Amino acid sequence: MAVPKKKTSKSRKNMRRAHDFLTPPNASTCPQCKAPKLPHRACPSCGTYKGKEVLKAEDL
Amino acid sequence: MRHNNAGRRLGRTTSHRVAMFRNMVTSFLNHEKITTTDAKAKELRSIAEKMITLGKKGDLHAMRQAAAYIRDKKVVTKLFTTIAPRYKERPGGYTRIIKLGIRPGDNAPVSIIELVEEELKAKSESKPAKKTTAKKAAPKPAPAATVQADVLSSEPVAEETLKTHVVEGDEACEAKAD
Repeated sequence: MAVPKKKTSKSRKNMRRAHDFLTPPNASTCPQCKAPKLPHRACPSCGTYKGKEVLKAEDL
Repeated sequence: MRHNNAGRRLGRTTSHRVAMFRNMVTSFLNHEKITTTDAKAKELRSIAEKMITLGKKGDLHAMRQAAAYIRDKKVVTKLFTTIAPRYKERPGGYTRIIKLGIRPGDNAPVSIIELVEEELKAKSESKPAKKTTAKKAAPKPAPAATVQADVLSSEPVAEETLKTHVVEGDEACEAKAD
């Protein structure tokens, strides 16, 4: 069975993991209530999209 | 090459898919606004717009073609008598999809699909505005949005009742399809 010849150093390990990270979602701000929202979606906090209501307040 | 690969299969057999979309387009034209997943909404848009085009043709053959797909005769009548005349001046683009975000439970992206320009009272107000925008080929959403806002401010109660219906309609439709 093939086995590693050398132990992976902390440096090697950390260099390998340098690209392992999460990116935050692209949030935009709602023009109505200024809460953060995802672009091209109705605002989950005030239920509006492009200035008009799409969701009832009770649904939120 | 992606020839002959248009459309989504949605994890269903052809007969299941066709049955589901027949239910969905019937519900959609009945309620004029339904909540469903993004992918289904995008497929439904194409079917619904073809039905409205049949409605605008308005002859007996078109009516029979529509009745062969739509499951409810009352909805066919509604399509030809009330929905199609609304869009006489509009060259396509009768529906609007608004994404709502993800659904708890299965994390599916959900959106609302609705007929552009509401029935209630909007007709008289919106008609002149609509014509000019169509001819200019200007970006549609802005004027449509203002019209919608007018409708909402004047008729909030009717709007709410419509919405409650709509969510139920979709559930019922999905259940039927399965």
